[in-house]
Amino acid sequence: MATDIIIHDKKDNVGVVVIEKITPKQDCACWIMEDDSSTNIQSLDEIPLGHKIAMVDLNEGDTILKYGHDIGKVVKSIKKGEHVHVHNVKTKKW
Amino acid sequence: MEIPKSFLGYKRENGRAGTRNHVIILPVDDISNACAEAVANNIKGTIALPHSYGRLQFGADLELHFRTMIGTGCNPNVAAVIVIGIEPKWTKKIVDGIAKTGKPVEGFHIERTGDIGTTMKASKKAQEFVMWASEKQREECPMSDLWISVKCGESDTTSGLAANPTVGNLMDKLEPLGVHLCFGETSELTGAEQVCATRGATKEASEKFMKTWSSYNDFILKEATDDLSESQPTAGNIAGGLTTIEEKAFGNFQKIGNCKFIDVLEPAEEPTKGKGLYFMDTSSAAAECVTLQAAAGFNIHLFPTGQGNIVGNPIEPVVKLTANPLTVKGMGEHIDCDVSKILSREMNLSEAGDELIKTTLRVANGRLTCAEALGHKEFVMTKLYRSA
Repeated sequence: MATDIIIHDKKDNVGVVVIEKITPKQDCACWIMEDDSSTNIQSLDEIPLGHKIAMVDLNEGDTILKYGHDIGKVVKSIKKGEHVHVHNVKTKKW
Repeated sequence: MEIPKSFLGYKRENGRAGTRNHVIILPVDDISNACAEAVANNIKGTIALPHSYGRLQFGADLELHFRTMIGTGCNPNVAAVIVIGIEPKWTKKIVDGIAKTGKPVEGFHIERTGDIGTTMKASKKAQEFVMWASEKQREECPMSDLWISVKCGESDTTSGLAANPTVGNLMDKLEPLGVHLCFGETSELTGAEQVCATRGATKEASEKFMKTWSSYNDFILKEATDDLSESQPTAGNIAGGLTTIEEKAFGNFQKIGNCKFIDVLEPAEEPTKGKGLYFMDTSSAAAECVTLQAAAGFNIHLFPTGQGNIVGNPIEPVVKLTANPLTVKGMGEHIDCDVSKILSREMNLSEAGDELIKTTLRVANGRLTCAEALGHKEFVMTKLYRSA
């Protein structure tokens, strides 16, 4: 089956869109690289290639996990299926 | 795939092998660029390497300048060198450094002679060198003569998903054959620095890495006026979906596969601990990083990109790969190896690694890279601080 979203690690709470874009209310097929498993998610936003989708509801202060590691903090709550990017996530480093 | 055991390279006087056979005209300083370019214009088949520095530098910054100049001349992709500087002393220092390799090198200084007289004298020698070099033939060289440097640029999330892991897969397959490998980009490991430190082959290597990273990070924190958004990650990175430096760092880090680094190098420092993977303290800016790695003796470069970085280098061929199908479609003339089928899962990582090995060997054997065909010769010196 075609893959719309790739997730690096089972622990990750975001996935990456790997088709040109996904549209709101699209049922997306997700592939988890770490254990070669599959899952599904319905999108809420339009999200372009390479951008991230929230796999779960996330609250302000939560940590984003990708590659199984901490890649930043949530600064504005995010619903499952929404676009995750610079408008709702910031670095913890600089 | 069975990995080839050899490639066709140019054997040099000091036992190294080159993937290219350049005769370079190397200016010691900014004000000697015009003369160096005049010589390269006179003598076909030579290339000038103009740059912006070399005057009134001091301390570690001056040492780095000399190391980069001498290292560039010593690189096995270079057959012979003409050095041109304003003053005799620093010109000679660079000539003497390059001469240790046994390759033909001659220096000229402009003071008391002027540009025209110097151009004439240097052109005569450059003609002799390039005609001599033109008779050099490629010979069979073991894979261990490949010194491969890596650096990614204009990254996006497809870099961390596919293009960078493809480079990692190549490293895992070629490391056992005794190649030298090098990664850098100190600031761009920020967020993944603890994980990267665990990949030191020894406790000393891990500690040296953390010390190097901390020093670079302290410098960034001291100079930063904001959260560095649009600088690191760049606006291009952000457009491609990368959100934070941590995310970029974990993607970047995929380039070393499962390899462990045996030592940490100063910028432009030649590795001396034998085959294997090295980390070099470099800027994350593409041309600066590749220039430093070439000056350390690396003879072929692998450059994964997401949104489409177009960098090249005058002496070290830069092989581009991408997994972003939009980049392949929009700017395919810059891409040597297309691994975008990883995203559609029509190609797995091992197949992509094999494709990259094939491309790397074709380039090592003489095939021009896209960047070479398009004339990319970015030679950018790293400057540590203001001149005196």
